[in-house]
Amino acid sequence: MLRFVLGRLVSLTLSLFVASVVIFLFVEVVPGDPAAYMLGLNAQEDTLEALREQLGLSGTLWERYSSWILGMLQGDFGTSYTYRTPVAEMIADRMWISLPLALYALALSTLIAFPAGIWAASKRGSLVDTGIMGLTQLGVAIPNFWFAMLMVLIFAINLRWFSAGGFAGWEAGFWPAMKSLTLPAIALALPQASILARVMRSSLLDTLGEDYIRTARAKGLTRAQALWRHALRNALIPVLTIIGLQFSFLIAGGIIIENVFYLPGLGRMIFQSIAARDLIVVESVVMLLVFAVILVNFAVDIAYAVVDPRLRVRA
Amino acid sequence: MRASRNLWLGGLLTAVFSLAAVISFAWVPYDVTKLDIGAKLLSPSWAHPLGTDHFGRDILSMIMVGARTSIAVAIVAVGIGMALGVPLGLAAAARKGSLLDEVIMRGNDLIFAFPSLLIAIMITAVFGASAVNAIIAIGIFNIPVFARLVRGAALSLWTRDFVLAARVSGKGPVRISAEHILPNVTNLLIVQGTIQFSLGILAEAALSYVGLGAQPPLPSWGRMLADAQTMFSFKPHLAIFPGLAILLTVLGLNLMGDGLRDLLDPRLRRAQR
Repeated sequence: MLRFVLGRLVSLTLSLFVASVVIFLFVEVVPGDPAAYMLGLNAQEDTLEALREQLGLSGTLWERYSSWILGMLQGDFGTSYTYRTPVAEMIADRMWISLPLALYALALSTLIAFPAGIWAASKRGSLVDTGIMGLTQLGVAIPNFWFAMLMVLIFAINLRWFSAGGFAGWEAGFWPAMKSLTLPAIALALPQASILARVMRSSLLDTLGEDYIRTARAKGLTRAQALWRHALRNALIPVLTIIGLQFSFLIAGGIIIENVFYLPGLGRMIFQSIAARDLIVVESVVMLLVFAVILVNFAVDIAYAVVDPRLRVRA
Repeated sequence: MRASRNLWLGGLLTAVFSLAAVISFAWVPYDVTKLDIGAKLLSPSWAHPLGTDHFGRDILSMIMVGARTSIAVAIVAVGIGMALGVPLGLAAAARKGSLLDEVIMRGNDLIFAFPSLLIAIMITAVFGASAVNAIIAIGIFNIPVFARLVRGAALSLWTRDFVLAARVSGKGPVRISAEHILPNVTNLLIVQGTIQFSLGILAEAALSYVGLGAQPPLPSWGRMLADAQTMFSFKPHLAIFPGLAILLTVLGLNLMGDGLRDLLDPRLRRAQR
């Protein structure tokens, strides 16, 4: 087990290193000098030089890379070119929208997918099964930002149950804030719930074909009892992996959905920074998100090995 | 029975949208580059079956021309993924366990670790928003998909007797991969290609929606939705039809992929999710 964890830890570090180099080089090749951009046309050469120094833009490629990484490790993400505020502060502010949104969507997706998948599997081949599978086909094919627009049309504009966009703010209280995240979370959760329900169903059907289920049935359990007591727990392993992987989709999907609902989260911040060529913000936010994704996948790998000892060998 | 129903329905939907794209080269109901402000924001009617947008452009015509963009972007993106992914997968399988294999597979893992849309956003942010950059961004993420698929399938083929026979007759790994392994993975490639094609259409729509895909003179479904953003509350048709076009195309491709999988290789039904 220790060897497995160490092995995964080495590959985690390696992925993070390569990812950071790729992201860094990406932003490096962009033409234009942010310092000149910030100071305008009449800037003196020595002021430019001083500002570059301050922004961490001087020195060799390697010096800039290492100062970026070392800064990030200490929680210093640099200074935004346009807002002139620390990027770390901007991220900390926006995180309180993006993270709850992703978790809310993850919770919804799981709450929808588990019953749907279990129901479909337990009634295999029936009308219920066909219906649920048909709905998941739709859910996978629907662009989530379009689904979001349709929901705005129905629930915000026609029924007036929700506001069409914006964020109430956590200071307005927990429920008003959650309410403004509800439509975005549903839009985000739907495609993921569809995928998850399909995985849940097929994984459950696979385990229902196992010998130990036949044994359980022979012992006198009904099909439902065998499903709940024996099949479900074993079917959960692939489902958990998919939930872990979905985290990365939720992050990327959240970026788009935040734009539909004008939520001031990390996604809006990325687009505003792109528009303003504020690449230090783009660079840091992307690195942070990639870091989160790689870390979650690492955690899933470890959890997987804890649950199923056979997988430790694969390290 | 069910397989062929999926295949028929999916094939039909795919055919309709491909045909719309092909026809649009020769004929569209209205010119999509001409603005007619007098006819702006019309609801669906006989003259404009799907209505008109805020510049008075016919939405049906724009959807037909937009199909071209979506299909072209997705085809090239899948092409990039196959052109690079398949040889990499074949090479990794032919040299199983070697340094080459290790490097290829670790590289794949790395690309998989990135949320694809995030990197697509980054590529278009840095190199500018354009259909070409969107293609590259989507294409890169297709490489590991095909590489992994081909490697997995090729590994089991390498243990088969006909490959052994080919080796005995003196063929090298390159010739065996090309002449014996590749023809046996084509079915898999067709099925996965269909799936990636539909994912490509969704990704292109999302990128265009946030303004990072196809740029203004080029009509695109995603951007039609972005343009509708401020107006769809009082003119829902602006958002409904382009969205339906995306949904039906993607649904068609997915159903076709499922149908093809059942048709070409029934054994895969259990293995694939």
